[in-house]
Amino acid sequence: MRATVPAAAGTAGEPAASGSRRLTDRVFRIRESGIIAVLVVFVAVTASIQPRFLSSGNIQFILVNTTVFALLALAETMVVVSRNVDLSIGSVLGLSAYVSAGLFGQVPGISIPVVFLTGLGIGLACGAANGLMVSIGRVPSLVVTLATLYIVRGIDILVVGGNEVIAQTLPDGFTQIPRAGLGGVPYLAIVIAAVIGAGAYYLRSFRSGRELYAIGSNPDAARLAGISVGRRVFTAFTVSGAIAGVAGVLWAAQYQTIDSTAGTGYELQVIAAVVVGGVAIFGGSGSAVGAAVGALLLQTISSALNVLGIPPLWIQAIAGLLLLLAITLDRAISVRLLTSLRVRSSGVGT
Amino acid sequence: MAPDVTARRWLSAAARWETGLAVLLLLIVVLGAAASPQFLTTSNLFNLLVTSGEVAIMALPMTLIIISGEIDLSVASILGMSSALLGYLWSIHWPMLAIFAVLVLLGAVAGLVNGLLVTRLGLPSLAVTIGTLALYRGIALMILGPKTISNFPAPYNTIGVIAVPHTDIPWSMAIFVVLAVISGVVLHATATGRSLYAMGASPEAALFSGIRVKRIKTILFVVSGVVCSLAGVLWTFRLATAVQNNGLGLELNVVAVVLLAGVSIFGGKGSIGGVVLAVLAFAGLANALLLTNFNQEATGIVFGAVLLISVFAPNAGALWARLGRLRKHQRPVRPARQ
Repeated sequence: MRATVPAAAGTAGEPAASGSRRLTDRVFRIRESGIIAVLVVFVAVTASIQPRFLSSGNIQFILVNTTVFALLALAETMVVVSRNVDLSIGSVLGLSAYVSAGLFGQVPGISIPVVFLTGLGIGLACGAANGLMVSIGRVPSLVVTLATLYIVRGIDILVVGGNEVIAQTLPDGFTQIPRAGLGGVPYLAIVIAAVIGAGAYYLRSFRSGRELYAIGSNPDAARLAGISVGRRVFTAFTVSGAIAGVAGVLWAAQYQTIDSTAGTGYELQVIAAVVVGGVAIFGGSGSAVGAAVGALLLQTISSALNVLGIPPLWIQAIAGLLLLLAITLDRAISVRLLTSLRVRSSGVGT
Repeated sequence: MAPDVTARRWLSAAARWETGLAVLLLLIVVLGAAASPQFLTTSNLFNLLVTSGEVAIMALPMTLIIISGEIDLSVASILGMSSALLGYLWSIHWPMLAIFAVLVLLGAVAGLVNGLLVTRLGLPSLAVTIGTLALYRGIALMILGPKTISNFPAPYNTIGVIAVPHTDIPWSMAIFVVLAVISGVVLHATATGRSLYAMGASPEAALFSGIRVKRIKTILFVVSGVVCSLAGVLWTFRLATAVQNNGLGLELNVVAVVLLAGVSIFGGKGSIGGVVLAVLAFAGLANALLLTNFNQEATGIVFGAVLLISVFAPNAGALWARLGRLRKHQRPVRPARQ
C-alpha cells in the first residue's frame, strides 16, 4: 500500500541503530513541524489582516471548540495507525452526551464525576463491541463501525424519543467546565493537551503503542513477529470508544442543549483532521500530536474565515478546499522526505 | 466424476453471497407481507421503489469504484450540488434542457476533480473524497444559500411520483434498471470490467500487466459524478424542492448498500446482481418497518444489524472455531514486558 513506505521509515527506530533512530526522530519532527508551520502562517496572515483574531476572547473560543475535536482526533489516531477506522465515534458521542447529561435532570444532586464515569462506561461498551467484532470476527473495521454508527445512533434516537436535555437542568459546576480558565486559556484545554501528549507518548514509546504502528504497516508481518494483533486492535477500539464517551460528556457541558442529532456526521470531520495532521489513512505512520494539531488547524480555519468577514455561506467550501490542499501538501512533503531518506540511507548503507 | 462436479457446482452456487441475499430478500418479503396486509399492494411497492431510487442509482458507480479498490464519499454532496444548481438556474429562468446539460457537465467536472486528485497526485481516495464531500456541499451552500426553490413545472415535478406509462415502475427505478444492465455488462462481460477486479485485487499486478489503471479510475470517478448529478435531479423532482442540504449524509447509505451486496471494501470482489438484490432488500426492509410503525428515525438499528449479520453469517463456522480456540487456552503465553 501507499502508506507502507513512510511507515517503514517511522518504525525503523526499533532495531537500535542510533543513526537510523536519529533519522526517525528527524522524520517525525519534520512531519509535525510541516503542519505546525501551516498553522503558524495561517494565524499570522489572518492576524495581520484582522488583529481581532488574536484577541483573548477569540483564542479562548478556538481552544474551547478544539478540545472535544482534538480528543476525538486522538481516539481516531489510535485506530487509524493500526490500519483500521472508527466511523462510530460521532454516534457514541451523541449517545453518551444525552444519557450522561440527562442524569442531571433524572437524578437530582448527582455528582459530576459520576456523570463522567457514565459517559466513559457507555463509550467503553461501544468501543469494546467494535473491538470484539473487528478482532475476533476479523471483519473490516469500516464495515463494522459503519454498522455500529447506525445502530448506536438508532439506540440514541430511541432513548431520546423526541426529548432533549436543556441548559436549565445542568448545574453551573458542569457548564463551567469548558469555560473556567486562566488568562484566556481554558483549564480544559490544558488538561486535554496533557492527555493528548500522554497518548502520543504512549503510541510512540510504549511497546504496545509501537505494535499498533507495526500492525498498521503490515498486519501479516506483525502477526508473524508474534504481536497479538487481535488484542492490540481490540484495545485500540475500546480506548477510542472510551475517549468518544468522555468527549460526549464534554460536548454536553459545552453545548448544553442535546437532542438525538448531537455529533451526527462528526466522524468524517475527525477523520479529516487526523488526515490533515499527517496520519496515513492506511495506517502505520503519523502521530497523535499531529492529529491534534490537524484538529486545531481545521478549527482555526473556520474561525478565521468568520473573523475575516468571509460570507458564512462560503466557509464550508473554503474549508473543503483547504482540506484538499492540506492533504496534497502533506503528500508532497512525505514524497520529498522519502526521496531524501532514500538518498541518505543508500549513502549510509554502502 | 460428472455428478460430483455437478454437485460441487450446485454447492458453490448455494454458497454464493447473492444466494444468501436472495434468501434474505425473500424473508423480508414474507415477513413484510405477514406484518402488514398493505405490504404487497401495488401502490406500496411503488412507494417502496420510488423512495430508494436515488440511493440505488448511486450505488452502481460506487460498486465499480469500490471493486477497483477506491471509494467515493462525495456522492451525496454531488447530489446536493446538482440539486442546488438546478434550483438556482431554474429560479433565473433557464430552459430546463440547458440546465440538464449544465448539470451533466457539473457532475463530470466534480468526478474529474476526484479522479485526478486520486490518480495523478496519488492521494488516498478516502481522504480526497472526504475533502470534496465538504467542498461540494459547500459549493451547494454558495449556490443556493438558505433558499428553497420549489416552483418546478408539472411534467418535471411529477417525474418522481408517477410511473413509466403502461407500467407500475417509477421512473427512477426504470433508470436504475437501465444503468444496472449497462454496469452489469461492462463489469462482467468486458475486458475493462475484468480489469477493475484486477486493479482492486492487486494494483501493482494490474499496472504491470498493462492495464491503464489511472485512466480507467479517472473515468470511473467521472461516471460516478455524472450519475450522482442525475440522482440530484431525480431527488429534487421527487421532493419538488431544491435546497442545499438535499441528500445530506446519504453517502453512508450508498456505501452500506454496496457492502451488503457483498462487495469487498478492499476491492476485487462483488457483482452487480448482488447490488440489485441489496437495493431491494434495503428498500423492502425500510418499507416493512414503516408499515409496522417502527420508530422511523431509529430504523438505523435494523439496517446496522442486517449489515453486521451479512458480514458475520458467511463465515460463522470459522468464527465459532476461533471462539472455541479462544476458550480452550484462555491466555496464550504472554511475552515479558519490557
